[in-house]
Amino acid sequence: MKHLLSTRDLSRDDAILILDTAAQMAATQEREVRKLPTLRGKTVVNLFFEDSTRTRISFEAAAKRLSADVINFSAKGSSVSKGESLKDTALTLQAMGADAVVVRHWASGAAYQLAHGGWLHGSVLNAGDGTHQHPTQALLDAFTMRRHLVGSPEGAGLDGLTVAIVGDVLHSRVARSNVHLLHTLGARVVLVAPPTLVPVGMEPWPCEVVHTLDEAIESYDIDALMMLRVQRERMSGGGLAFFPSPAEYTRLYGLDADRLGRLPDHAIVMHPGPMNRGLEISAEAADSPRSVIVEQVGNGVAVRMAALYLLLAGEEGAQ
Amino acid sequence: MTGTLLGPGDISRALTRIAHEILERNGGPDDVVLLGIPTRGLPLAERLATRLAEVEPGFDADARCGALDITMYRDDLHRQPTRAIGTTRLPEQGIDDAVVVLVDDVLHTGRTIRAALDAIKDLGRPRAVQLAALVDRGHRELPIRADFVGKNIPTSRSERVDVHLEEVDGEDAVILSAGRAEA
Repeated sequence: MKHLLSTRDLSRDDAILILDTAAQMAATQEREVRKLPTLRGKTVVNLFFEDSTRTRISFEAAAKRLSADVINFSAKGSSVSKGESLKDTALTLQAMGADAVVVRHWASGAAYQLAHGGWLHGSVLNAGDGTHQHPTQALLDAFTMRRHLVGSPEGAGLDGLTVAIVGDVLHSRVARSNVHLLHTLGARVVLVAPPTLVPVGMEPWPCEVVHTLDEAIESYDIDALMMLRVQRERMSGGGLAFFPSPAEYTRLYGLDADRLGRLPDHAIVMHPGPMNRGLEISAEAADSPRSVIVEQVGNGVAVRMAALYLLLAGEEGAQ
Repeated sequence: MTGTLLGPGDISRALTRIAHEILERNGGPDDVVLLGIPTRGLPLAERLATRLAEVEPGFDADARCGALDITMYRDDLHRQPTRAIGTTRLPEQGIDDAVVVLVDDVLHTGRTIRAALDAIKDLGRPRAVQLAALVDRGHRELPIRADFVGKNIPTSRSERVDVHLEEVDGEDAVILSAGRAEA
C-alpha cells in the first residue's frame, strides 16, 4: 500500500492487517509511556481544506505517538485563501519534504488527484473528500464493531454481522466508505434513509435499502446501528429540500429510547460525530451504555497509527 | 560445516543449564521475569520458565513470563518491507524493579537486543536486564553480549542459522546452512 484513498481499494487481507495492527497500537496506548519511536524523522502534513475537530486531532495524535513530526495546515489563514491551487500547495509540501499528506477537502476526488497528480512523492491518506470517501473512519468503525461483536477478533472479519446505517446517506462519505469496507469484511449492510437522501445510481452498491428506521428494526437482526449526521451545511435550504421538517425526520429516522429498546440486547450504537442531539439521535441513546460513540474516537487514534505505520514504516518505494 | 548442529536433546540440555545459571546468578528466582522476543524467543522463554518452576516450586511460570515485540523499535524499518506487529504481553506485576531476562533464539548483530532495550525503557524500569540466547553466532555490530548462551557457533556472515522449535516449526533443531549470496 502506498496511499489510503478509498475503502474500495482495500482487499480483505489489507483491511484485516490494518485492524490487527490497530489492535497492537491500541495495546501500546495503555502503557505509561505511550510514545513509540517508529516514525522518527518522518514528516506528516495535515492538509485540511475543511473544518474538522476529531479527525485532525486524531491524525495529529497518531503521528505524534509514533514520533513523526506533524505540520498542520488549514486552508483558512493560508495562501489558499489568496487563491493558491491544490497543485501549488502540493508542490510546496513536496519541497518541504512531506513523507505523508493527510488531506481533507470539500471536493470529491481531491485525495486521488493529490496522490496521482505526480506532485508528491509521499503517501496520501484521505481524511475525507467531499461526499466520496473517509476510509479511516470506516476502518475505526469496523475496528470498534470487531472489538464488541466478534468473539476472537484477531485475524477475523465481520462475517455474519448485520449493520444498519441510518440517515443522510446522500451527503455521507462515512456511509460510502462503510458500505464497501463492511461488505469486504463479510457483513451485511442495510441503509435506512428517506428516498430523498439516497444517492442516485447507488444500485450496484453491495447493500440493501429500507425507508424507515422502524422497518429496519423489525425486519433485520441488527448487530450495529450507525447513525449518520444530518449534514445541513451541505443541503440547500438547510434541509427543507430533503425532508419536510426536522421534527418529521426525527420521528421517522431518529434513534430514541423506545427504538433503542427494540434492538437486540447485544447491539451497539455508533455515530461518526459530531452529533446533532435531538435530531438524528436523542441524548438518552447517545449516552446509553450501548453507545460506543466515545470509544470510536479513541479507536480512531489506534487505527490512524496503524495506517501511518503501514504506509510509512516500510522500505522506501516498496509496495 | 553445515547441517543440524543441535538436536532436541542438545536444546533441552542447554535450556536446563541456562535455567540453573539464571538461578545461580540471581541468587534464586525472586524478582526474575522472563521476556521472550517473538517469534521463537517466546516459546524458549516459556520453556525456561517451566524449568525454573521445576527447580523452584514457588516460581509461577505463567505469571513470570511475557512477550516483548520489538518491531516498532527496529532501526532498519525503512530498509525492509513493512513488518507485521506482534503482541507485547507483560507479566501482571509489571517489570518495575524486576530482573528481566530477555530471551531470544539467535544472537547475531545485537540490533534486535538494542531495540528490545529501548522497548523495555518505555515499559518500566527493571532493576537489571540480562540476556539469554540459545545460539550466539557472533558478528556483533553493537557492544552487546549475552549473559547466558546455549551454544556458541562460529559462523561466516554469509551463512544462515535457523532455529526450529516444536511450538512453531514442529521440530527442535538448530540448522546451519550455506546461505544465500550476500543480499
